[in-house]
Amino acid sequence: MKKIYFILLIVFLNTNLNAAVKIDITRGNLEPLPAAVSDFYIDNPEKFSEGIKKLNLESNLPKVIKNNLKRSGLFYILDKKSHIQKPKLSHLKPRFEDWSLIKAQIMISGKIKIDEKGRLRVEFRLWDVVSAKEIEGLALFATPKSWRRIGHIISDKIYQRMTGEEGYFDTRIIYVAESGPKDRRIKKLAIMDQDGANNKFLTLGNELVLTPRFNPNSQLVTYMSYFKNLPRVYLLNIETGVQEIVGDFPGMTFAPRFSPNGNKVIMSFAKDGNSDIYTMDLKSRVVEQLTSHPSIDTSPSYSPDGRFVVFNSDRSGFQQLYVMRSDGRKVKRISRGKGLYGTPVWSPRGDLIAFTKIFKGKFYIGVMRTDGSGERLLTENFYQEAPSWSPNGRVLIFYRETAARKKGVGASSKLWSIDITGYNEVKLKTPSDASDPSWSSLLSK
Amino acid sequence: MSLKNIKNLILVVFLGFLLTACATSSRKPGKDYYTGSDTVKFLASGVPDRVFFATNRSSLHSGAKGTLNKQAAYIKSSGISVVVEGHADERGTREYNLALGERRANAVKDYLMSQGVASSKITVISYGKERPVNPESSRLAWSQNRRSVTVKSK
Repeated sequence: MKKIYFILLIVFLNTNLNAAVKIDITRGNLEPLPAAVSDFYIDNPEKFSEGIKKLNLESNLPKVIKNNLKRSGLFYILDKKSHIQKPKLSHLKPRFEDWSLIKAQIMISGKIKIDEKGRLRVEFRLWDVVSAKEIEGLALFATPKSWRRIGHIISDKIYQRMTGEEGYFDTRIIYVAESGPKDRRIKKLAIMDQDGANNKFLTLGNELVLTPRFNPNSQLVTYMSYFKNLPRVYLLNIETGVQEIVGDFPGMTFAPRFSPNGNKVIMSFAKDGNSDIYTMDLKSRVVEQLTSHPSIDTSPSYSPDGRFVVFNSDRSGFQQLYVMRSDGRKVKRISRGKGLYGTPVWSPRGDLIAFTKIFKGKFYIGVMRTDGSGERLLTENFYQEAPSWSPNGRVLIFYRETAARKKGVGASSKLWSIDITGYNEVKLKTPSDASDPSWSSLLSK
Repeated sequence: MSLKNIKNLILVVFLGFLLTACATSSRKPGKDYYTGSDTVKFLASGVPDRVFFATNRSSLHSGAKGTLNKQAAYIKSSGISVVVEGHADERGTREYNLALGERRANAVKDYLMSQGVASSKITVISYGKERPVNPESSRLAWSQNRRSVTVKSK
């Protein structure tokens, strides 16, 4: 995920005093923090080309930040109309009484200029209105066309300052864009920024594609394709567009994911009606078989330290979750509740496993500890599955389908996200129907 | 109304309960496969192209075996090669359904081979829940979608 755009970070003037306001994200946040995001001011408008002027960065860049903070559910964004102080003074010398009058607890201000090399330089400050202090300040440089990423990085800094944890805004989502009738669905790989901007299709829709997943450390994506009607796992380099098949299996391979270091693909291989879990090392091409059981073993996912794999298997007669060592030994069932369990995904923090549960005709997204204890169901619906973690392990993205009436009328598939607290369920905007989302790591990490 | 009539009435009501009970029990695991003929096409005259499965199952009930006997006889006599497509309904997770479709297609392949069809004449492919024949979200549609379809290979 590195070096896609030219971005430099410079920390400056960080007084770094303890803030009076803080957000505890371990609990459901029923009272979001009132935040004012001032418009940024343009320092040298004479240097702005017509093209850059049209971007209206002074209001659109803060808008990116506002939308991010608002969708996190942790902040309540005060209406711009209520702002009393002008952007420039807000940034240079805020009158805290003006901001506290409108009940803001934090205020974000900024300055935009074009530097001598033609780069965009954006400076932002985060103010603690309650204790009348600056608590974060940064300058960022980027090519003007990657201005939205600056907004995302600033959002991450604010999130980190207020919660003590890394943000997840400077990230992308890869997913399957869907169109056409349900019985002849056209599916394309698509990628977009986490907030839905910069949507781009990666395949044309000539063949069925499913379950794309990011490599945590590179530009590679692994997914399943029915290219030439041979359902197999593929790799795709999203920068170069180069695709290649993973391994030389004499049958269907599916349910791929990368190992945490990105060197291996773990997936299922189906043969003679039996699906087992395999890995392939991407450098040496060595294939290893991890499970060997006459049941369906699929949807494998590594723990972030690479030592364990969680997967689902119907070896008990029904789909349940199992954890094994990454060499395939010591298989242990972890799901114990009533119902079926599928699509386990290990949290990047290592502490939880997210899953889909099917119980009495309803579908749930839930989390449990890695030993299966502490099961919590976050959301119930007609059909939803395939959770994917935000890089900080606080939010899950998944897809939800609606029930169809006769001839498929009313069918839809959309991406949703929910905090692991069970609060803040949000529908993501996509240009078309969507499924199988996968969340990238932080791009700037 | 005579006593006998009342007895008959009670019997009718009782039978009605029994029938309802049967309708319910057919939805129990392992029994909710489709037995109708809607959506069914033909591999050849008198040879249905598909068989249906119960929820989460890949076992072949006797009706399915009857259909596959006809398919086996036709494949052997005509010398054609076939592709057996395995499908699942939309009420499972995508990846599990891919495996389930593969398991169903192989159950059909195994049965056709037991009836004397050479394994080289049969390839299998799973579509999981990706290609429903009936796009409605209803028990009837789901039972029609839990299927294998035998098609001539191109």
